[in-house]
Amino acid sequence: MEKYLYIALFAPLVSSLFSALFTATPKKTFTGIIASLLIFSAFVSSSILLTHILGGGEPIHVEMMTWMATGDLYIPFGFVVDEISVTMMMVVTLVSTVVHIYSIGYMDHDKGFNRFFSYLSAFVFSMMILVMSDNYAGLFIGWEGVGLCSWLLIGFWFHKESATWAANEAFIMNRIADLGMLVGLFLIYWNTGTLQYEGSFAAFAHLDTTTLSWIGIFLFIGAMGKSAQFPLHTWLADAMEGPTPVSALIHAATMVTAGVYLVVRSNELYSLIPHVGLFIASLGAFVAIFAASMALVNRDMKRVIAYSTLSQLGYMFAAAGLGAYWVALFHLMAHAFFKALLFLGAGNVMHAMHDELDPFKMGGLKKVMKWTYIMMTFASVALAGLFPLAGFFSKDTILEAAFAEHHFVIYSVLLFTAGLTAFYSFRLTALIFEGEERYKLFGIHPHEAYKYMLVAMSPLLILAIIAGAFRTTFFGMVEEILGAMEYHIHSHVTLWIMTIGTQVFVILAIMYAYKKYNNAKITVPDGTSAMENSFMYKLLLNQYYIPYAYEKYIVVPYREMSEVFWTHVDLKIVDASVDGIAGIIYNTGDRTSAMQSGNLSTMLKWMVAGLLGMLSLAVVFGLAVRYSDEILAILSGLGV
Amino acid sequence: MFEAIAFYLFAFLTIAMFYIVVTTSQALYALSALAAGMIFISAFFFILNADFLGAIQIIVYTGAVMALYAFGMMFFDTTREVKEKKGNKFIIVGMSALAAALVVAIFAAPMLSTNIVALYPSSADIGNTQEVGMVLFTKYLIPFELAAVMLLVAMVAGIVLAGKKMDNSITLEDDTNEKVLS
Amino acid sequence: MMEIGLNHYLILSTILFAIGLVGVMRRKNLLLLFFATEILLNSVNIAFAAISHYYGDLTGQMFAFFVIAIAASEVAVGLGLLIVWYKRHGNIDLDSLASMKG
Repeated sequence: MEKYLYIALFAPLVSSLFSALFTATPKKTFTGIIASLLIFSAFVSSSILLTHILGGGEPIHVEMMTWMATGDLYIPFGFVVDEISVTMMMVVTLVSTVVHIYSIGYMDHDKGFNRFFSYLSAFVFSMMILVMSDNYAGLFIGWEGVGLCSWLLIGFWFHKESATWAANEAFIMNRIADLGMLVGLFLIYWNTGTLQYEGSFAAFAHLDTTTLSWIGIFLFIGAMGKSAQFPLHTWLADAMEGPTPVSALIHAATMVTAGVYLVVRSNELYSLIPHVGLFIASLGAFVAIFAASMALVNRDMKRVIAYSTLSQLGYMFAAAGLGAYWVALFHLMAHAFFKALLFLGAGNVMHAMHDELDPFKMGGLKKVMKWTYIMMTFASVALAGLFPLAGFFSKDTILEAAFAEHHFVIYSVLLFTAGLTAFYSFRLTALIFEGEERYKLFGIHPHEAYKYMLVAMSPLLILAIIAGAFRTTFFGMVEEILGAMEYHIHSHVTLWIMTIGTQVFVILAIMYAYKKYNNAKITVPDGTSAMENSFMYKLLLNQYYIPYAYEKYIVVPYREMSEVFWTHVDLKIVDASVDGIAGIIYNTGDRTSAMQSGNLSTMLKWMVAGLLGMLSLAVVFGLAVRYSDEILAILSGLGV
Repeated sequence: MFEAIAFYLFAFLTIAMFYIVVTTSQALYALSALAAGMIFISAFFFILNADFLGAIQIIVYTGAVMALYAFGMMFFDTTREVKEKKGNKFIIVGMSALAAALVVAIFAAPMLSTNIVALYPSSADIGNTQEVGMVLFTKYLIPFELAAVMLLVAMVAGIVLAGKKMDNSITLEDDTNEKVLS
Repeated sequence: MMEIGLNHYLILSTILFAIGLVGVMRRKNLLLLFFATEILLNSVNIAFAAISHYYGDLTGQMFAFFVIAIAASEVAVGLGLLIVWYKRHGNIDLDSLASMKG
């Protein structure tokens, strides 16, 4: 079994290094094919490991080698495949296999084709380290690795100013959060003396609540950055500057869920501090509705999906915060499937529309892009959470959990968000695929994507439809490690009312969206209609003015402060002192070079002067040693 | 008592002689004073019961070294008055005096003599020369041999350096001289 | 005062060494400079012999012995070099030796 573990872990690395060999050469299709094959082999290995775990096998734990061993600190390159990590491995390898194959078609005309695969595989490798590590240090390495790859991939089209800006924004936001995470890791090591999951979890039980709360808060700050939770959320929408497969893999299915994974992985910590959990849940619920509201009006197809991702991450945190870790993990998995599908579908549309992102300029695409239409519709239905698709089971369980835990505010917020989700999802599909063919005004001739791209997407479609059926199996698998429990609403009647009520609400939202956006009167907004001038619309379209606020109150003052520090501190103190030292040495050399007159007599005099200096030192030190006690007494008398 | 008188007498004489060596402007005086100083120094060796060293001092310095210097002086024609440096004498004297004062201060400080153990204690039964011989040919045999080789090397070097083109006159201003000087 | 101890010899040796230093620094004629170095070596020899005597250890005398040997070699080689220099430049003035000027 260890063999499969290593294949799953290192096949992406091999793939990345292999593709990296060709980065400087023109496009070579075989790099994409070989990379896809290697990732697929990782997927197969992960599947074998999953069957092993599902079959009741023991979790696989290997220590490849020692990484650091100094004093009490011992960190191995250890990897563990248990119920949690195998779920994540499956999600990661499956989605990345699909995305790799899809990218062969999507990046077909791109100059950086080979480079793209190198980065993408490197990302998969980092993600595998993140989920498979058996200690927080390894997790952190993977965490930074995915951050780096995300930076590389968002800024993949580095000649575009906006792409590099977005890449840097994402990277810097993540650094801020990573500092929090690092502090959390230090606290763990400080208090438990180990970074291994097993050891530290065992030690958590003996720590007081305050310490545990701080650890939990700092770790969650890290998770907030990676999973783009408020107030560090702005980077995710801007990250859509990257190629669409990247958005599908990194900014929907895998990397952004790393924060959820961290919370789920640290479940033993968070179950000890329910008040922090409640905060996480509240923040999650807030982000869910906050992001969904922004998605309502946005006119950028990818950004709408990105906000939807944000909103769904909020759901996951809400579940994890309430202690329903297995529900969070299940929603993570289901969400990865349908959201990646949605993104890849959006990629097809983008390709067809020559990188046009405004859905108001599309319309009626279902005639030319039948399969994309079907896939995106199913993905939207799954996202909206209609029975019997994946989203229904996962999202409904979150609602049930919130209800069963008697957090009715969170429940109602999440319920309302479910309606919003349904509305914006179908606003998008309606605008893109239904109604008049508005794109003709812009002289675009859309076409369906390559066949193999659609075939590659099909596993995601199937999973988006049927993933809900695995709910019981999944529950059975993780119940031991996550202390999972079924949430029982006291009466069946309440449960039925809730479920049906939710479904009806969602369906109504969908119908409203279709009614509003599937008609002939839709035109490209030109900023004149009453709605567009309303305060709410502007507020939402401008993302609650948060990016502006960041720009105005953080970025600009920071820049000014840096300017001041540069001119006053750096130039006048740091540089000046360094230059001063160099100047002193230079001048000393300049002046003393006269000593080297070449005249033996002068040299002899200098030699005697040196001897004199040495003798004086000897006398001084001798006296100092002789009278050391007295000197110490005098010094202590002076208060030194 | 006798020892003290001898010490002070010879100390005075040595200092005086060496003072002449470094101050006189006549090279011949300097040479003579140096030879005298060397002999006076050997007196200290005799006072200190280092008979062999005293004998060596007289033989090597006054016999060999002084003879060499005398030849050198004849060769360089330094019998005429020696030009001295014009530089500031106070610096020179001051620095030397200060160095001496510091070293004296170091010596005057209580010395840690308790740990010193004689490696080759001198015994009263046999004479100093015999003792020196015994130590020299046992413990210090290799340095002794090396010193012998070194002296041989020095001799060869002296002959080679000084003896090159000895047949050319360096006092007559002629063509061959030009060659040598160029 | 009357009892002569090790310190007397060491101080004498220091005074001689200082005289040697003065000579080394002020002499311009290379031959006389050699004389000054002889003084330096001899002053050290006195210290060796005295220490040897007062600690009853022959090692000091051995060192003095080797110092004498070194002094003899130095004179031989040094005079040879002086002769070569004199043949080249016609004088043995220290100020003419300035080819090492940096």
